[in-house]
Amino acid sequence: MKLLLSTFIVCLAYSIFLLGAENQIEVGALLLVAFGASIFVKKFGLMNRLSVAVNQHPHFPAIASVVGVLITMAVFHNSHFALLMLATVLIYSIVCLGLNIQFGYVGIVNFAGAAFFGIGSYTAAVLATHTAVPHLLILVIAAIVAALIGSILIYPVLRTRGHYAALVTIAFGILFRNFLEVNDSLGGPQGLKIPSLTIMGWNLSDGIQIAGIELSFYIPYLIIALLLLIATFWVTRNLERSWVGLSMDMVRTDEIAASTFGVNIAHWKIVAFTLGNFVTGLAGALYGMMTAYVAPNNFTFADSLILVSIVILGGIGNPWGIIPAAAIVVILPEKLQFIQEYRFLLYAIVVILILLFRPDGLLPRRIREYFPTSKAGGKE
Amino acid sequence: MSQQALNTKPKLLEAQNLTMRFGGVTALDSLNLHVNEGEVLGLLGPNGSGKTTFFNVITGLYRASSGNVHFRGQDLTDASAQQVYLNAITRTFQRSRLSLPLTVFDNIAIGDNRRLNTGLFFNLFTRKAFKAEYERVVEQVDSLLKTFNPKLAGKIFEPVASLPMIDRRRIEICRALISEPDLLLLDEPSAGMTHDETAEVMDDILQVRSKIKPFTIILIEHEMGLIQRMTERCIVLNYGKKIAEGTYEEIVTNREVQVAYLGQE
Repeated sequence: MKLLLSTFIVCLAYSIFLLGAENQIEVGALLLVAFGASIFVKKFGLMNRLSVAVNQHPHFPAIASVVGVLITMAVFHNSHFALLMLATVLIYSIVCLGLNIQFGYVGIVNFAGAAFFGIGSYTAAVLATHTAVPHLLILVIAAIVAALIGSILIYPVLRTRGHYAALVTIAFGILFRNFLEVNDSLGGPQGLKIPSLTIMGWNLSDGIQIAGIELSFYIPYLIIALLLLIATFWVTRNLERSWVGLSMDMVRTDEIAASTFGVNIAHWKIVAFTLGNFVTGLAGALYGMMTAYVAPNNFTFADSLILVSIVILGGIGNPWGIIPAAAIVVILPEKLQFIQEYRFLLYAIVVILILLFRPDGLLPRRIREYFPTSKAGGKE
Repeated sequence: MSQQALNTKPKLLEAQNLTMRFGGVTALDSLNLHVNEGEVLGLLGPNGSGKTTFFNVITGLYRASSGNVHFRGQDLTDASAQQVYLNAITRTFQRSRLSLPLTVFDNIAIGDNRRLNTGLFFNLFTRKAFKAEYERVVEQVDSLLKTFNPKLAGKIFEPVASLPMIDRRRIEICRALISEPDLLLLDEPSAGMTHDETAEVMDDILQVRSKIKPFTIILIEHEMGLIQRMTERCIVLNYGKKIAEGTYEEIVTNREVQVAYLGQE
């Protein structure tokens, strides 16, 4: 427990420093510290001790992460940019949890993640501008629309496998962007404005003041993102630790053996694909409302690649890997301004390095335990 | 004659004029064969004679070019792999087809798929009910593993990738047995194992068979000792055709079988 707590405090302090770092020298120094720390951790086998400690307190990571986000939020309560980044990390994590259901469990690589994210944003834009549908409901509708549009892809994805299924999604992602650019009713290349999220007459984008302290308008969005992330995480977790996860793993690892034992391949591919797109659309709608603006340029193939690289970086199939990976991929390029123009180069290098040296990602997926706590207690 | 006595039992599975062509190759050529309820049927033949193809057609992995398959009088010719499984036919594969990153438990539990509740709502939101079902399956897998090899039962939550060949074969057989099938198709269980290991695994199967229920077995095998010990009746295939049928003693003395295996003098 001591080890866990100190790790938590170190990580928290580090992320607060990184988010607050103003100039390149500070960022560079922090990166060097991280590099040194990773060597230190490796040398003293801290990772193993940590995983033992986590096994003893299985709820610790979840609680610590939520507390960590809340503390960071309080520290940066009126710094828009830091909060925007934090919210983006959370929203990207939601998307990648969705992609992880597709990629990590059932084995469909979806290179159109940004497109489904965009479908969510655009649906939110259209519905919030032209209808009086309550805004929280819009989030759900946007998710459903993304899932429905995804069903266009189901037939070609079911007919193909591996690289070919990936090509189908790439084609869809590119078509989607072209469709947006030529479609004037959706704003063409300029995109659309999205009214800000309003819950029961309260406009979330108005700044809030509590007890004389001015809070950034990003805070409510951040809280919604956090709640959605917790919900998505919980669903993904249960999914993995159930017959559904088992069936999906069988589909991914051996379709022939799976079908010989009655696993309905098509059914599970459809379920995973639809569920993943639903989650992606949900996150897209929230992101759109937070940034108040959508344009086709935000949903390019390159953005989809970033999403997939988060999943690979984090550890395919492990929901826990996604959050730190999303943080690295979102925050680093923003902080290292000189890298910005080369960010795709950076991602490419990171993905290649990961595949070479840690093919299972930063936090590799662990062996399935259906009920981890009860198992530790009930072990004979 | 013993042959007559066996034929009075009801037929469990029957293939009529079953033909399977891959382009110009005819893997099964108007094959007629049946297996009786409760019988252990040996399926023999040189490499490439169509034994595994026969299994793949029966289990719905291939669709027969012509002819038909009946199981308990029901037409299973064009049934999908899932439908065949739901009719209580299971199989093992010649080359182990386990999901290596998954645990022993996972690999065996999926064999009981037809009795698992895979509903989304049940799995995601009613975790208490799921837990009850999960614990039932753990117990089931555990007791099955104990009949096979008590040591293996201790490794129930270890990944299959860490286990030796003989244990993997045992797991494959457990996966095929856990749903209590009516017909078990064993595709060369001795492949990749020593003589003693095979004998051990076979004894385990017979033990389970006497414990649970007298299910029917079709056994593809090259090792003649095993055929002699296990089977009541044998069918020999060559080039997708049946060239001999009878008891072990009858087929080993059959001239055509000797030619197929050893060639013409």
